[in-house]
Amino acid sequence: MMADTPQKTALIGSDGFELDPADETAIIEEMDHYERPQAACIEALKIVQRRHGWVPDGAIAAVARVLGIGPGEVEGVATFYSLIFRQPVGRHIVLVCDSSACFLTGFEELRHALVEQLGIDYGQTTTDGRFTLLPVCCLGACDGAPALMIDDDTYGPVSPADLPGMLEAYP
Amino acid sequence: MSQSIASQRESLRYRSRLMQPEAERHPDTHPLTWRLRDDGEVVWLEEYLRKDGYQSVRKALADGDPQAIIATMKDANVGGRGGGGFSAGLKWSLTLQGGDMPRGYLICNADEMEPGTFKDRLLMEQQPHLVIEGMILAALANNSCYGYIFLRGEYVTAGRVLNRALDEARAGGWLGADINGSGFDFDIVVHSGAGRYICGEETALINSLEGKRANPRAKPPFPGQSGAWGKPSVVNNVETLCNAPGVILNGADWYQGLSGERTGNGGSKIYGVSGLVEKPGLWELPMGTTGAEILDRAGGMRNGRQLKAWLPGGASTGFLLPEHLELALDFDTVGKEGSRLGTGLITVVPREQSLVALVRNLEEFFARESCGWCTPCRDGLPWTVKVLRALESGQGEAGDIELLDKLAADCGPAQTFCAHAPGAAMPLQTALKHFRHEFEQGISEPRTKAAEG
Amino acid sequence: MATIHVDGQSYQVNGAHNLLQACLSLGLDIPYFCWHPAMGSVGACRQCAVRQYKGEDDDKGMLVMSCMTPAADQTRIDIDDEEAKAFRASVVEWLMINHPHDCPVCEEGGHCHLQDMTVMTGHDRRRYRFQKRTRRNQFLGPFIGHEMNRCITCYRCVRFYNDYAGGTDLGAFGSKDNVYFGRYQDGTLESPFAGNLTEVCPTGVFTDQSHSDRYTRKWDMQFAPGICHQCSMGCNVSPGERYGEVRRIENRYHGELNGYFLCDRGRFGYGYVNRADRPVVPEWRQSPDSQPVGLGVDDALAQAGDALRHARRIIGIGSPRASLESNHQLQVLVGEHNFSTGIEAREQTCLELMNQLQRHAGLPTPTPREMESHDAMLVLGEDPVQSAGRLGLNLRQAALARCAALGATIGIPDWNAEALKTLAQDRYHPLFIAWPGPTDLDDVAAARYALDPDGIARLGFAVAHAIDTAAPAVEGLTSAEDEAARRIASALVAAERPLVVSGGSLASRAVLEAAGSVARALSRRAKRGGLVLVRREANSTGLSLMGGQPLDWALEELAQGNADAVVVLENDLYQRLSPERVDEALARAEVRIVLDHQRTATAERANFLLSAGSFAESDGTLVNLEGRAQRFFQVYEPGYMRPETRIRESWRWLHALAANLRGESAGDINLDTVVGACADAHPALAGMVDAAPDAHYRIDGLRLAREPHRYSGRTSMRANRHVSEPRAPQDPDTAFAHSMEGYSGYQQPRQQVPFAWAPGWNSPQAWNKFTDEVGGHLRGGDPGVRLIHPVPGQGCYSQPAQTLEGTEGLRALILPRLFGGEETSARAMPIQQREEEPCVTLNHDDALRLEVQNGEIVTLNERTKLPVCEQEGWPDGWAGLPAGLVAGLLPGEPVALQKVAGDQS
Repeated sequence: MMADTPQKTALIGSDGFELDPADETAIIEEMDHYERPQAACIEALKIVQRRHGWVPDGAIAAVARVLGIGPGEVEGVATFYSLIFRQPVGRHIVLVCDSSACFLTGFEELRHALVEQLGIDYGQTTTDGRFTLLPVCCLGACDGAPALMIDDDTYGPVSPADLPGMLEAYP
Repeated sequence: MSQSIASQRESLRYRSRLMQPEAERHPDTHPLTWRLRDDGEVVWLEEYLRKDGYQSVRKALADGDPQAIIATMKDANVGGRGGGGFSAGLKWSLTLQGGDMPRGYLICNADEMEPGTFKDRLLMEQQPHLVIEGMILAALANNSCYGYIFLRGEYVTAGRVLNRALDEARAGGWLGADINGSGFDFDIVVHSGAGRYICGEETALINSLEGKRANPRAKPPFPGQSGAWGKPSVVNNVETLCNAPGVILNGADWYQGLSGERTGNGGSKIYGVSGLVEKPGLWELPMGTTGAEILDRAGGMRNGRQLKAWLPGGASTGFLLPEHLELALDFDTVGKEGSRLGTGLITVVPREQSLVALVRNLEEFFARESCGWCTPCRDGLPWTVKVLRALESGQGEAGDIELLDKLAADCGPAQTFCAHAPGAAMPLQTALKHFRHEFEQGISEPRTKAAEG
Repeated sequence: MATIHVDGQSYQVNGAHNLLQACLSLGLDIPYFCWHPAMGSVGACRQCAVRQYKGEDDDKGMLVMSCMTPAADQTRIDIDDEEAKAFRASVVEWLMINHPHDCPVCEEGGHCHLQDMTVMTGHDRRRYRFQKRTRRNQFLGPFIGHEMNRCITCYRCVRFYNDYAGGTDLGAFGSKDNVYFGRYQDGTLESPFAGNLTEVCPTGVFTDQSHSDRYTRKWDMQFAPGICHQCSMGCNVSPGERYGEVRRIENRYHGELNGYFLCDRGRFGYGYVNRADRPVVPEWRQSPDSQPVGLGVDDALAQAGDALRHARRIIGIGSPRASLESNHQLQVLVGEHNFSTGIEAREQTCLELMNQLQRHAGLPTPTPREMESHDAMLVLGEDPVQSAGRLGLNLRQAALARCAALGATIGIPDWNAEALKTLAQDRYHPLFIAWPGPTDLDDVAAARYALDPDGIARLGFAVAHAIDTAAPAVEGLTSAEDEAARRIASALVAAERPLVVSGGSLASRAVLEAAGSVARALSRRAKRGGLVLVRREANSTGLSLMGGQPLDWALEELAQGNADAVVVLENDLYQRLSPERVDEALARAEVRIVLDHQRTATAERANFLLSAGSFAESDGTLVNLEGRAQRFFQVYEPGYMRPETRIRESWRWLHALAANLRGESAGDINLDTVVGACADAHPALAGMVDAAPDAHYRIDGLRLAREPHRYSGRTSMRANRHVSEPRAPQDPDTAFAHSMEGYSGYQQPRQQVPFAWAPGWNSPQAWNKFTDEVGGHLRGGDPGVRLIHPVPGQGCYSQPAQTLEGTEGLRALILPRLFGGEETSARAMPIQQREEEPCVTLNHDDALRLEVQNGEIVTLNERTKLPVCEQEGWPDGWAGLPAGLVAGLLPGEPVALQKVAGDQS
């Protein structure tokens, strides 16, 4: 009867999205690294993204609940950062560096080759759901320009001719 | 997958490397890189300790005088290597400490994203303990209770290496409670980002660390007064922190001496070149080394191309001309020529490159990476991009260049909320200054009727 | 104070301000967007650039943002500087790049800050020749329309909604030149203060949906100074009318009360005024079953007077939602001994106790603005956002003000909003809430104690004892209670200005006595504290000061046959006592005269229904929870646009009826006469005369204009009825003119401002021209006078009340609710749409006893079907029911809940 209940339960639905218990645990562990739970927000979204490939709509409220912050705040973060995807993406993400060093060493040819070979432009996903093509700012591989990243792998210098073999490794 | 394709793919994998062989590097002259291995493998704790690792921490803990660390760093005048050039020692001296002030945070800015910059990657991927050692010193000096390495999300290898190194350091008693029996507690965690260049701005970085949108914060208050979670916080670049162990171990005079007579700014610097040169790469050289010497180390322009212009230290620095190659690349000298040292990693532009196209590419970058907080940056830069695209495609109109002049001038320091838009203005302004005729060639139309209004 | 030099002139300014604030306060114009007087500076829009010089010798200077630069002594700036002007023009040009220029079809047009600033900077040529960005809009619920194309990305909306008002569902999404302000998904904005977005937004992104439905330009509306009638706060509002309908309500700035903000009940709850089923002419009916017959005014008065003349005894039932004037005239009609306040007995006892505590508990009642500078708070038995809307926002600011206190320690000025937020994180001034269920302030509370009314009273008495041992101890405290009491007491004692908040929501004398004891204990510790007591209705305080018998008495007199006639003033008795009691009483009364502007259940029982004016059609005085008497003024004369109507102020009807009853000819009276008579008759109300200027008040010899001087269509708006234009209605009661003729400026200080307008300032930001300093007080003084004053002296402690004997079964705990919990606003469409699904709140054990689970349906008292909402920590033995759901059900009454078999809906 003398309960000390500081938080009003959020009356916010999560569209049937269920946060995987393992992910919830992982998020809670991340929260330990910081003074405030909100700091784990980006990592929490990455955790969700690792499981689903992207951050589904319902995950916003679910992450907000775990972190004890508002869903508006979480969506603000999720839509700010370029490596958090709020739309479904392919199984593999191709990030093409378009910054100055790459621009000066053949980025545009590389990009055209990618567009041609994948049949998609920036922000699009191949119909087989295999690749999503996105630009990325300077990959810090300028002595290997032009560079690109596929998932966690950084390549450079890459010529259009290298692409078919390289892409083959990502089924 | 065939073997040959797999090996072809492996050969395309990017590897960070220093262009100077081990034989050329000495503890006295190459404090940042002398421990690096020719095979490019990581210098783990055991080897690091063998190579005098953590000696500066041992010394500083034994001295037990954090203020002395600050004084030495101040005397050494280690300019911030992230591009700002602000004295790290001075920054540390402004951190609030003592009294009721809670212990704050020490944040290593490892969000390397300045176009043309690839030096911090090398330090973190191959020599993580030097970063950690520098962070411990900084934490000691600033009374920080906890450290974060704010690492850009794309640096996957660096993240893996740093985390293992942190485990090693913890196991070795260099991190955690009561470091080396000194009574000083400090630990570090890697915080991995999720993209966005603006996170490299120290206050935006703090907002991002707190799990918020990476909008910069107004200064004052500076992070040293109210930083992460409102606690006194220090943000230093990876390379800046890597300078600290040498300074503390050998003193400010030694540090000043590293650059010899070349410049008033002391120390060594990791310089680099990218673009169409024969051997793009990284070198640790005395501060104040000239562009010509660095370009020479890179084997000059690739395939005999002519140098048209160069950026001394990233996309947010101003274009310099071939005649500027003889300048000492330090914080003061470059500034006098309407540019900045920035990160000190040169990008070369060959003669056949259209400056309009290159500036368009740079401005596209800045417009895309704007956080969207202040008006000049958010709405001015995209307009700049559209005008540049028009000029590039010959669709420019009379008045466009004056418009670009004005847009660039309006993005000056103090007119915008942080240094992002001024960084965008600098290459634009210098390109308009040095290569105005190229822009003028893009004008085909008189002003539109609508604009005449 | 500081001396600053602006464009070569020296000025004295408040050195704690920033330069923008200081210059605006001086009346100098600097354009701005992201800055807001209530929310401080963030430096985002860069619109307020000026040139600042370093010292005497600096002739170059540099551009700075005036909002981010302190108005330090000897600061030298130029506003009128070529480069600064050019930069400011650039900023507007950038902001307009993607703006749709849809002013002709935009609802903000004509009161748009963006328009004002664009004109101010002189930007009038479009140079941007590329494609504009377009956006999708969201559905944000019944109150707010969304048009994101118009957004200029000033961030004010999220700063108000999240940082100031504690909302969590609105956000800034995306980045670069594609920042989207909206909800994380389509749906109703959850904050009960969302309506302020319509004024906070500098352009037409967030607009008033209730206004959109029947839209009129600001300059085409007629306004009067209004007082919100939807709770006891008495927020000042500016209702706007066109064609005989209220078209919208905007905030009317009051430096001590509502400042710049209203709650959504006050802003969107006016729809009852426009209801088609309102009685607009007097009606007579034979019996409740027969059809009403419309009457003329004279016929109605003659017949009703006749009926009353034949009555043995007339009981008058007043109303806490009617003006003092109308209640007074009712009392004149029926005589003091036959007058009831129309308030239920227990509530009236509580109201009287509250008045007494305000005088004798030792702590003064702060104004809502002053509450924000209190640094520790104890809320006993109230859910302030639900029971007094705007008050909740004040208390939130008090909690948030910790950041300014922390900022002061490292030199961050009060206006540096983001820096203070960063520094404070979630450190707040201590706020303790004792309330059975969740409240809207829990997120900034140090603790909430889920207790029933007796438990809350016990806790309060225990806190008082912990503060001052002279206060009686509470026997048998559990260790948890003791610990809580000590924790609260030490926070209150440690504060410089502790605030005690309580009120009548739980209808518990014991809770109020306990709050009084805490206040007394704090006053004995010489604390500069405050005591705030929440009343239920707009004029509850006024009626309790006026005095009269409770409603129970009136019904009893009628039921006993001690009277055979009743006159009910603007009061639906069925909302207050059980239908059986009301039915019985009304059945015994042969003459039943009801005055109301709503067709209530009581009105349906009348044999004479007199068409009364609502707040929009009448003048009068209300007393708010501070004890502040405030006058509201007729916005429009209903007969002008709808000559067939016969709507009169209740006090006017009652005066005429009284004259008729006495067989006298009903010479008209005016407001000033009634105000004077009411003040004379009731010493406690004597101050009400000074609540506002009288009808003779003039500025520069002019009346005050109700219509902006660009008001259009006067000659044509009635042309469908008659070719000639009738004379504008003459107002015998007030100093306001029903036309654009008259004073509408800002130069002459005045309290009573129907609408805020100043040259170049068409938006609500024009209020800054009426204040002594921006965010300060109206130069003519903030409206209203306090009628309740603390009486010096220690008073004495009351004994902790005995715990009530546990009754078998469940008792009703009526939960105030902002949307649907108040009689008149609950009749407004958008409020009905905004109401949450009602449920009955139980604790787990009680639900178990009833064999129901969360969400299952029960019948309440064999009538109302409701889902069960199990609440953790909810007190045993209490069924929480939303206010306004079960008419006439009183707090604490036993309720019978029965599980509905097989019903899962």
